[in-house]
Amino acid sequence: MKNSPVLNFVKKNTMVIALVLVVIIFSISTGGKILFAQNINNLISQNGYVFVLATGMLLCILTGGNIDLSVGSVVCFTMGIGALILKSGAPIILAVLASLGIGLLVGMFQGFWIAWVSVPPFIATLAGMYAFRGLSNVVLGGYSVGVNNETFLKIFGGGADCYIPDFFHGNGLNITCIGLGVIAAVILIIMTIRNQSIRSKLGIAHNPAAEWAKTIVISALIIVIAYKLAQYKGIPSVLIWIALILLVYGYITANTAIGRYFYAVGGNEKATRLSGVNTKRVYFLAYANMGLLAGFAGIIALARAGHAEPTYGVGYEMDAIAACFIGGASAYGGVGRITGVIIGAALMGIINQGMSIMGISANYQSAVKGLVLLVAVLVDVLSKKEKA
Amino acid sequence: MAKILLEMKNITKTFPGVKALDNVNFQVEEGEIHALVGENGAGKSTLMNVLSGIYPFGTYEGDIIYNGEVCKFNTIKDSESKGIVIIHQELALVPEMSIGENMYLGNERGRKAAIDWNTTYAEADKYLKMVGLSESSKVRVKEIGTGKQQLVEIAKALAKNAKLLILDEPTSSLNEEDSRALLDLMLGFKKQGMTMIIITHKLNEVAYVADKITVVRDGATIETIDNTNRDIDEDRIIKGMVGRELTNRFPKREGVQIGEVNLEVEHWTVRHPLYPERIVVNDVSLNVRKGEVVGIYGLMGAGRTELAMSIFGQSYGILEGGTLKIDGKPVTLKKSTTDAIKHKIAYVTEDRKGNGLILSQSIKINTSLANLDSLANHMVIDKDREYQVAEEYRDKLKTKTPSVEQLVGNLSGGNQQKVLLAKWMFAEPDVLILDEPTRGIDVGAKYEIYCIINDLAAAGKSVIMISSELPEVLAMSDRIYIMNASRIVGEMPASEATQENIMATILRSGRGD
Repeated sequence: MKNSPVLNFVKKNTMVIALVLVVIIFSISTGGKILFAQNINNLISQNGYVFVLATGMLLCILTGGNIDLSVGSVVCFTMGIGALILKSGAPIILAVLASLGIGLLVGMFQGFWIAWVSVPPFIATLAGMYAFRGLSNVVLGGYSVGVNNETFLKIFGGGADCYIPDFFHGNGLNITCIGLGVIAAVILIIMTIRNQSIRSKLGIAHNPAAEWAKTIVISALIIVIAYKLAQYKGIPSVLIWIALILLVYGYITANTAIGRYFYAVGGNEKATRLSGVNTKRVYFLAYANMGLLAGFAGIIALARAGHAEPTYGVGYEMDAIAACFIGGASAYGGVGRITGVIIGAALMGIINQGMSIMGISANYQSAVKGLVLLVAVLVDVLSKKEKA
Repeated sequence: MAKILLEMKNITKTFPGVKALDNVNFQVEEGEIHALVGENGAGKSTLMNVLSGIYPFGTYEGDIIYNGEVCKFNTIKDSESKGIVIIHQELALVPEMSIGENMYLGNERGRKAAIDWNTTYAEADKYLKMVGLSESSKVRVKEIGTGKQQLVEIAKALAKNAKLLILDEPTSSLNEEDSRALLDLMLGFKKQGMTMIIITHKLNEVAYVADKITVVRDGATIETIDNTNRDIDEDRIIKGMVGRELTNRFPKREGVQIGEVNLEVEHWTVRHPLYPERIVVNDVSLNVRKGEVVGIYGLMGAGRTELAMSIFGQSYGILEGGTLKIDGKPVTLKKSTTDAIKHKIAYVTEDRKGNGLILSQSIKINTSLANLDSLANHMVIDKDREYQVAEEYRDKLKTKTPSVEQLVGNLSGGNQQKVLLAKWMFAEPDVLILDEPTRGIDVGAKYEIYCIINDLAAAGKSVIMISSELPEVLAMSDRIYIMNASRIVGEMPASEATQENIMATILRSGRGD
């Protein structure tokens, strides 16, 4: 039996196909409501934290299926500190730096135990999960603390008026938004052309047709989403931050030496160490970075909610972990990509939203999410089994 | 003529895309030792997996006739209940469990719920005695050496009432002494009427132990050679395996130009990382010159790998004392392999899957790993250049693969070894420490690896080759160190070295002379 190209395509892009199917199913069952501009907008705003946390979580998972259970608590903790600083009337930059800095410190603290003392990540971060949940309570004194700083909300938020303003004042259609979408698509196309010509020149084997197909589909998608958002209020501020983080980390994981080391450590730690790589530093960086991104997630979560509460962030770590695994990261480490994270987080967000629109209770939503996670990992496991 | 115990008739087994076995016929007589030989991937293991029910009835074509009846095995349990027991190459023992627990794992003694430990240990002790082990079956497996663990595997098989015992590479991780003991044990079993099939790459063992030798090549049985009178030599077997006479198993060392001393170790002493009271490398001094191939021969457990890894940036054990000089200058590699690589030392591990390669990544990514910095500009990898480098080494080392994007886990042992070599050659070392560079790879690939070693030496690199295969050490080295029980017990130029005087050196050192 030969592997047909169709079967290969399906295998390689299982979750993309699943995403498309889910969108189609919900479009039908919600009578197209899920594709309304406002709903697409909400999808991004509501799930901003998942994209950010899952990006950090991916690096931890890459190092060998290690997870960070503390991120939900750390998000809450940094949220609380950010809220208190803003409430005291201090400048925004101080609140942002404090949240990021404290997140980073927490990450470094946990990373230290994991990397240099060999405390199992599960336990080190479970400790962090309890500790920072408690400290969030302490910091907030058990109360909810509101944020009134409009500028902060506008810069980081996904709330009512947190959008990139339309500099061209389009009538019912946000021209800035469409413009940015088109620019992004053009940049993508230019990069594809450049890549192809370099590869052809150096005689590197590649498949131009497939690469072009991918570029065209993604460009089209960007423009469609931009158009949809333009019909509503434009680009939510948080989307800019998410995009920035995904681009930066996508680049780091794919093109830098340190990014490569995350994969190498997860693939075979001993071999990596014997290749002259400081593997302890790699573990440390994964967790320090997770803390930093948890701090950032705290900022956008605060801007979205408009206030901090000691109960916020519960279960965020699980959303992040699930997004990674649904997006094809291996539970044993060494395999997984940022594009997978995007797909995983989007898939979960769409399922949530679709069911909400249909009026299905949150309890069922959770059950369905669990099922999706199981099926996603099952697909991964089975497709590997076939090879062996 | 003795009774035919097992006959495999017209066996054909197809995997997606490949015909692993093509109309194979294989007969084993009762009470004989039958060797199954062939290059890696020839189909030996597949054939045994068909026999033992790992590939259940219906997934292959043809018949298995055992003891006069056609058998349809669906699981390993089915074949074991008939007395066909296979001992796999990788030891399948749980280190933290006792020998007895291991022997009856999945085959527990006692009634439904409770295990009868008295019976378990009493029976286990009985079988241990049969394989010549004096250990109590209550000792934990991790406390005994690999050689004894292999014997435990055999005892475990006996405990299953084996009538036909299949041993897959039983000596691949044993030293010469333990190997010989194991082979003699097999000959002892034969006298008691046991039938055995042995799969091995070590042809001297085949010639020594087997009554019949069946050669498998490209999924087909080529011939069965009668060795009842022990008159078959290795060359005859190799001829069958590769389909031509390998006039020379080792390439000639040409244009040998030996220069200055490159790396020198003096009074090197290393303690075990977990049990510091154990000295694993004891006062070792050695040196290697530019363009020279230095062999370190020693039995497994002599401390060779420990020595090599501790020289390589102290990646093993606790260094107690000793100096390391490179080009005459003392250096300290501050407990890091990074430092060792900077000082142009490379260590090519004996354990390519465990310590050497990332099986889940591509050839390309494995090739560049030890010298990624040279491909990176401010941490950003030039991936196009990386691809070209991987291609270059694929060409140079003749690695057989459709593309350098292929996952290393999908390659054969010989090709994996080439990727491992490529990785360290790309790190551009001056000194290469090769630890068992040809372990578990077939005759053809071995020859190619030898050629690469010779090329490296000819290019002025210093090569230290650790090996437990005497012919290989003798043929490839310019100078040979002999290591035994943590010490260097002898040094001789290759011109003076013979199998006999090397073994004699080891025996003398063992007596404490």
